[in-house]
Amino acid sequence: MFHTRTRLSHRLAGTALVLGVAVGAAGCGDSPTAADAATEKPSVSSLVLIDGWVKAADHGMTGAFGKLVNSSGADIHIVSATSPITKSMELHEMAHGDGGEMVMREKTDGFVVAAGGEYRLEPGGDHLMFMELTSPIQPGQDVPVALTAEDGSRVEVSVVARSYTGANENYQGGEHGDDGHGGH
Amino acid sequence: MARRLGRRAFLASGAAVLGGAAALGGRELLDADPEPAAPDSPGRATVAFHGEHQAGVVTPGQAFASFVALDLVDGVDREALVRLMRVWTDDIERLTRGAPGLTDTEPELAAVPAGLTVTVGYGPGVLTAAGREDLRPGWLTPLPAFGVDRLQEAWSGGDLLLQICADDEITVAHAVRVLVKEARTFATVRWVQRGFRNSPGTVTPGTTMRNLMGQVDGTSNPIPGTEDDRLIWIGPEGPAWLHGGTGMVVRRIAMNLDTWDELDRPAREQVIGRRLDNGAPLTGTHEHEEPDLEAMTELKLPVIESFAHIRRARSDDPDHRFLRRSYNYDESPPAGELSNSGLVFVSFQADIDAQFTPIQRRLDQLDLLNQWTTPIGSAVFAVPGGCRPGEYLGQRLLEP
Repeated sequence: MFHTRTRLSHRLAGTALVLGVAVGAAGCGDSPTAADAATEKPSVSSLVLIDGWVKAADHGMTGAFGKLVNSSGADIHIVSATSPITKSMELHEMAHGDGGEMVMREKTDGFVVAAGGEYRLEPGGDHLMFMELTSPIQPGQDVPVALTAEDGSRVEVSVVARSYTGANENYQGGEHGDDGHGGH
Repeated sequence: MARRLGRRAFLASGAAVLGGAAALGGRELLDADPEPAAPDSPGRATVAFHGEHQAGVVTPGQAFASFVALDLVDGVDREALVRLMRVWTDDIERLTRGAPGLTDTEPELAAVPAGLTVTVGYGPGVLTAAGREDLRPGWLTPLPAFGVDRLQEAWSGGDLLLQICADDEITVAHAVRVLVKEARTFATVRWVQRGFRNSPGTVTPGTTMRNLMGQVDGTSNPIPGTEDDRLIWIGPEGPAWLHGGTGMVVRRIAMNLDTWDELDRPAREQVIGRRLDNGAPLTGTHEHEEPDLEAMTELKLPVIESFAHIRRARSDDPDHRFLRRSYNYDESPPAGELSNSGLVFVSFQADIDAQFTPIQRRLDQLDLLNQWTTPIGSAVFAVPGGCRPGEYLGQRLLEP
């Protein structure tokens, strides 16, 4: 489904060396959702999602946000995401639509979290998109999300649902309900 | 140390080459030892959130407060309360250290913590919704009706309470907004009361506040950190979820400042039993002196009148005391009136029935102050104990 870049895969292999330092990236009081490194391939185990959250919604689409932090010495290239409560997920970006307005659309080349760097997912910017919820997401609920890197390795993160009335970007893509990112 | 060296160097050069102006500047620096606080230090102040007790109870009163009572919407059960309390706890942790809420849409407004505290209280409705009626302390119920009461529904009751205090009003407004909107699917706002005290830097810390009738208000409070703690905090005798917690009374007391104006100063002092200038009892010279309720005038009349507020507000029982942490209010008056002022009376006590209610009964029976004050709102909340990192407020009630 996603094309592979052998150059990046090669570099990702090096991240195995820094396995185990992922949680250290979290600041005091932040809420890191670290990988369960032991059960995953090592390449994304140095990736954490800090302050991850998802916009609560009863049905349809909704977005998830947070700060991806890569504590390894190699870039990590996230190419897809899944969650048990949505039929599918996409990696999205905001871009100018044909009429000049801001629209969201699939970011087909994924998110590259630079070595030792961070990558912000936020309303009005790049985000994770739940495309069709199979059960409601209620405020305060923890929602698991699996991020898959280019080399096929996965990292499990968690996002907490919040009431949020923003993140109502127009979607430029396949069919979808007119409630955009869901309503809560 | 670097700063000291810098000062010495400055003084040396001033003495060597400059005249009076530089010398004056140097003296100001010397007098400022220890180093002066930064101009924005009140804004940068933080109050620890985690601990045995919630902040905002024995925390010295910040300048501004908002009290927000909320009612749970239908269908909110124990599981939903867990979610709400996790959300609130997370955002309170962030805001009180000067960080934005998790989904903060105005993160810049969170950058000035200004001593922010958020104290969460539970009305009886929370225990009902959680199916934990068996853990409700007997005092967690509306106060008995008092003859002086003219309670309005608009200022009374509530399932949940947020007491949000800080030394800056923008900080308070932002915290209110963040926490209320995160609760929007769980609860609706029932009432909001705003109040104020002196601002930082305007009076010596520890000064008893004055209410808008001009009286010092809160002189004979229990002293936190002493044996008085047993009057404030609930111990092992209470339900486990309230260990380290307290009972909270919030009453809105309207003041009739127009009729109060008709009283001259000696009469005003007789009403209270204290001097207006320094709050000393009429039998003494210092604010914190014990009043001598037996003292008589040359005419064999009591110095502190039988109807005086301080005589009526104390009983022979040393347990009939509570920690007052009130705020003044001064709202827009209705058309044709001069003022709409009063007190958001707030008291904390381990047992409302045993400590607060007996005194309120005494005041209800006789207190000349009642002529100028009218309770128009009343609510009672249980303030759960504090939480450690990784816990959420109320966890010991909701997930014991």
